[in-house]
Amino acid sequence: MNNSIALKSILTKEVQRFMRIWVQTLVPPAITISLYFVIFGSLIGSRIGEMGGFDYMSFIVPGLIMMSVITNSYSNVSSSFFSAKWQRNVEEMLVAPVPNWVIVAGYVGGGMCRGLLVGLIVTLVSLFFVDVQIHNVWVIIATVLLTSATFALGGLINAIFAGSFDDISIIPTFVLTPLTYLGGVFYSITLLPEFWQGVSQANPIVYMVNAFRYGFLGVSDVSLVTAFSVIGIFIIVLFTVAMTLINKGIGLRS
Amino acid sequence: MTYALEISGLAKTYKGGFEALKGIELTVKQGDFFALLGPNGAGKSTTIGVITSLVNKTAGTVKVFGYDIDSDLEKAKSFIGLVPQEFNFNQFEPLMQILVNQAGYYGVPRKTAMERAEKYLKQLELWDKRNVQAKSLSGGMKRRLMIVRALMHEPKMLILDEPTAGVDIEIRRGMWDFLKVLNEQGITIILTTHYLEEAENLCRNIAIIDGGKIVENTSMKGLLAQLDSETFVLDLSPTNQQITLSDVGYSVIDEHTLEVELHKAQTLNSVFEQLSNQGVQVLSMRNKSNRLEALFVNLIEKNAGQ
Repeated sequence: MNNSIALKSILTKEVQRFMRIWVQTLVPPAITISLYFVIFGSLIGSRIGEMGGFDYMSFIVPGLIMMSVITNSYSNVSSSFFSAKWQRNVEEMLVAPVPNWVIVAGYVGGGMCRGLLVGLIVTLVSLFFVDVQIHNVWVIIATVLLTSATFALGGLINAIFAGSFDDISIIPTFVLTPLTYLGGVFYSITLLPEFWQGVSQANPIVYMVNAFRYGFLGVSDVSLVTAFSVIGIFIIVLFTVAMTLINKGIGLRS
Repeated sequence: MTYALEISGLAKTYKGGFEALKGIELTVKQGDFFALLGPNGAGKSTTIGVITSLVNKTAGTVKVFGYDIDSDLEKAKSFIGLVPQEFNFNQFEPLMQILVNQAGYYGVPRKTAMERAEKYLKQLELWDKRNVQAKSLSGGMKRRLMIVRALMHEPKMLILDEPTAGVDIEIRRGMWDFLKVLNEQGITIILTTHYLEEAENLCRNIAIIDGGKIVENTSMKGLLAQLDSETFVLDLSPTNQQITLSDVGYSVIDEHTLEVELHKAQTLNSVFEQLSNQGVQVLSMRNKSNRLEALFVNLIEKNAGQ
């Protein structure tokens, strides 16, 4: 059995899915991010002044890109995998000799592809509003890859547990969005009182946004070693959970 | 001898305590055309679910071409092509995409998959629809698509769970011919169906499952030989004459129709001779009910009484 062909098939299927509905998957992030730039960058940002040594628009660009990557990596896998469960076409894979790690890798890879493509689109849109500078391209690449993998895994776990379409919107609405907005996208956490700085350090998105911002601007509220360690731990834990659930057939086999 | 399928002591109890399977014992020879029949809720789909790993079993063993699904699941799965009862493909994908991806899950390279898809889509008259979304197909086309999908990795065993449900008679007969050819090529076929005529026409061996147990497992010929009697309906030329027959049970339904019950030792020749002597012409003749149907109902009723 050639696992690379099976992996490529799942990956292709996933990419074909979000490309087929590109108006729903690729256009909205570009519009949303343009609104963020206009409102928070141009209108309000000009009154805020500098943050972290940069004008406000430049400061929020990395966070906004990362926010799009996180949201899209997560929602791609959660909606696609749940839809496959709901339509029962997940059975196409379950009856085939595809190892479970290939299923996980295929769906996570699909989520990463959408996250990275949307991230690229948002970056291109941001060029209309600000001169994007790059401090360390490797940090940018590593952070965006690892972050999209983390949230694609999260989306997969959400979809495995989900019993209805409502269940795949609960986590993004009540967990993901608050964590993203409080994750230092729009501000430096050093501006917070000491207590809330401590609380913010429990938010994994703080590490992702700051590592990403370091790649662009060369400034970060946390050390890169800590940031990559946190992201790495999250990936290992989420991958282990996803594999355990699929191996046991939770939500998939009766 | 290695069986295509070997099931021993198979039990399944669902959450909530429902016992769907209560110790199934079943073997299917390589190259067989095998019918698994039973009323709704008898355990047919659960059995197929366990074989294809969509249902976790509670106890027992299942071997596919000698490979145990507990220890060699991926190998066992590689031999099976499944045509499920319900449509379970992505309705929004074009046919070619569904088929090529499905082949990919079995490690079949894209080029080979495209060739196989073309071959089977043409054979099942779906080639013109290869680039349309699956949701636009009719019910019969969707059933045929699922057969093509199950063949993409050229399995040694094809399991079809009511493949002709809701399909018109012309297409159904076309599907029968297609399945016969596959079987002649050496593919073991296991079929569940509610059309008993279908099972009688296609299958060499049969198991009847009821209440989670196998109540009969024999050859189709052996099963049909258990029939003590058969009832024939004779369409007659109009006659006002009083029909009388000796040595056979009969009833005159109306001036055109006569029902005759023949036991094993009796022949139709004597009936025709007696009718001919009375100046009555027989225009056509048919079985009153499908022969297998009569046996099936008897077995299920007998099992219900136990």
